[in-house]
Amino acid sequence: MDFLLEIIMTPAVLACIKIAVIILLFAMPLGTVLTLMERKWSAMIQDRVGPNRANIGKFTGHGLLHLAADGLKSIFKEDTIPKGANGFLYLIAPFFGLIAAVATFAIIPIAGPIGDFTFQVTDVNPGLLFIFAITSLNVYGAVLAGTSSNSKFALLGGTRASAQMISYEVFMGLALMGIFMVYGTTRVSGIVNGQNEYWFGDLVPMWGIFTQPLGFILFFTALVAETKRAPFDAPEGESEIVAGYFLEYSGMRWSAFMLAEYVSLVGVAALMTTLFFGGYHVPWLHLWESAPQWLVTVLQILKFTFFTVVFCWFQIQLRWTVPKFRFDQTMGLGWKKLLPLSLVNIIVTALVILTLA
Amino acid sequence: MTALQARMATSKSGADFSASVMTIEIGPAHPAMHGIVRLTTQLDGELIVGMEPEIGYLHRGFEKESENSKWIQVIPYTDRLNYVSPLLCNIGYSMAVEKLYGIEAPRRAEFTRVIMGEISRITDHLTCVGAAAMEIGAFTFFLWFIKAREYLWELVEEMTGARLTTNWTRFGGNSMDLPDGFLSDLEDRLSKLEDIMEECDKLLTRNKIFIDRVKDVGAISKEDALSYGFSGPMLRACGIPYDVRRADPYSVYDELDFEIPVGSTGDCFDRFLVRMEEIRQSTSIIKQAADKMPEGPFMTDERMLHYPDKKDVYGNIEGLIDHFKMVMEGHQPPEGEIYMPTEGGNGEMGFYLVSDGSGDPVRVRLRPPCFNFVQAMPLMTVGHYVADIVPIFGSINMIGGELDR
Repeated sequence: MDFLLEIIMTPAVLACIKIAVIILLFAMPLGTVLTLMERKWSAMIQDRVGPNRANIGKFTGHGLLHLAADGLKSIFKEDTIPKGANGFLYLIAPFFGLIAAVATFAIIPIAGPIGDFTFQVTDVNPGLLFIFAITSLNVYGAVLAGTSSNSKFALLGGTRASAQMISYEVFMGLALMGIFMVYGTTRVSGIVNGQNEYWFGDLVPMWGIFTQPLGFILFFTALVAETKRAPFDAPEGESEIVAGYFLEYSGMRWSAFMLAEYVSLVGVAALMTTLFFGGYHVPWLHLWESAPQWLVTVLQILKFTFFTVVFCWFQIQLRWTVPKFRFDQTMGLGWKKLLPLSLVNIIVTALVILTLA
Repeated sequence: MTALQARMATSKSGADFSASVMTIEIGPAHPAMHGIVRLTTQLDGELIVGMEPEIGYLHRGFEKESENSKWIQVIPYTDRLNYVSPLLCNIGYSMAVEKLYGIEAPRRAEFTRVIMGEISRITDHLTCVGAAAMEIGAFTFFLWFIKAREYLWELVEEMTGARLTTNWTRFGGNSMDLPDGFLSDLEDRLSKLEDIMEECDKLLTRNKIFIDRVKDVGAISKEDALSYGFSGPMLRACGIPYDVRRADPYSVYDELDFEIPVGSTGDCFDRFLVRMEEIRQSTSIIKQAADKMPEGPFMTDERMLHYPDKKDVYGNIEGLIDHFKMVMEGHQPPEGEIYMPTEGGNGEMGFYLVSDGSGDPVRVRLRPPCFNFVQAMPLMTVGHYVADIVPIFGSINMIGGELDR
């Protein structure tokens, strides 16, 4: 028994277990449920009923069975490869996006550490720079899918996706500079703990949203553009270039693109929570000094999940409220408005820090 | 300066773009091509450098079919012309045949036609504006408009018994009178429509993203619009207040008070605003017509325009002979040819009819308003980006049924 425990407590095995738990029990289920929630929520916005037909006998679970039905349908669909496509690249392209989306969760802590044990797969030293590196991988999925499909619509989508994602990575980094400067680190645990400080006694928590309001808006915009969701879904361009870079895909590979989109939606929400809303820290909980450790951890997980779900909801609401940008307008917004604004944000933050210090 | 001209100006002199031009087939099966049409587009990157529309995918031979039918048998075919405002086509055709006869429908029938026609105009505009907005991402807006359209189609169903295949008008009147309680239902539905319009106005009209997408996109000058033969909201968006209801008043439109909204630049945003305002004007027309609704017959009592009453068929010889002749020979308008323009959902919908005095039409020709719009697609799109095809094509409201006939 001790031997078993010893194996489990080795860092590598522990990391694997954490990956399994965080990804299989948090990210993927939330992403999957969101595919249904998006349809349900948009139906509510639009005075419709939404999916409610999949059933086992009389049980429909308010459309919950559609998740299973969609999955089964994708698995049994033919996995087509268009004539003239580059087979190998075409087959691997869908998984780049999925890997990148899932890898985001590697550095996100979902609760505070208990002793040596952290609720985070790994607290790498470069921290958020890891996120930037990983999301760059996302581009390959879109570009390879677009160019290898041998379809003109897919090619247009692929070029749009590459241009958009590479551009928005620039402001994503710049928008976060303020956060790095305020909390003095790129490590995620450092940033999260920095947000547990308070202003005016115990009145206002030093959350990222209060220290970096402009950075919050910029980073959120950049992240939404990075995940290619509406209103920045020109690469998908469903009305003019049909489905963009994943036009030719079918079955499970198409589902991989969809799942990547929803997992990265959760990833965006988790990142926003971690960087701008105090991460797992429950505000003012430190006032209750006699709180038992297990309760604190449970509250932290609940708080983190709550804010993540709120941000998922916000992104869905955004998609169904506003029209889409044209591709050149997306690029214009990025280079002409967000870039100068993020530079201003850096300068103002630096000046404020210098004055206060 | 269009984007293409800008590109030409900034490039090295004598640059030849032909090597980088990609031909892409937009349609016939494509999400933005509602109705079926093919746009063979030449792209330089994202920029449109050439376009050739190809129509005819929905050709059903309406005109030839009509020549092989009796006059009255054409009415159901007209339902399928502009299938988002079938009643306007019914009314247009019936009024053309009435002009051939040289008769007028009773006043009650005319007022009812105005109400139903304007309801159809509203459904037409709701569909057009909603679908165009949907394709640039405002899906919620579209479904709210579809909900409003549903209210109106319920009224159409109440009146005619069908939502699309209405087959409602006859020569010299309508097949049915107003059903009981129709006017109060009408009032109720119109107030619901006004609520939805107000809500949607808030959602979209001043939305920055929406304005960016449609402003200065697909603009066409007054002169070009006239030379292409534009009419309806597309022409009015260019600033020319031409509306058949005012320019050549038919039915009882000269007794009703309404304004003709005009735009100034003729771009997609002006077309959107013109259509939105026309929905409001139509609502006011319907209210006025409902207030002025006279009592009286809804069908003319002239012989040989409708089947005689069963009482007459079995009771006297004239009735029996009329019935026999109506069944065997059908309507026999006097010899002659006429052109009758009416204001359809998209613009001037004109029927050109030739009769030789027998029961069979010699020629039934429709002037479809959106034919001219599709013809001008290259003029409106070249120099814009490929994504601009969507709002431009949405704003011309191409209806395959009336375009290809």
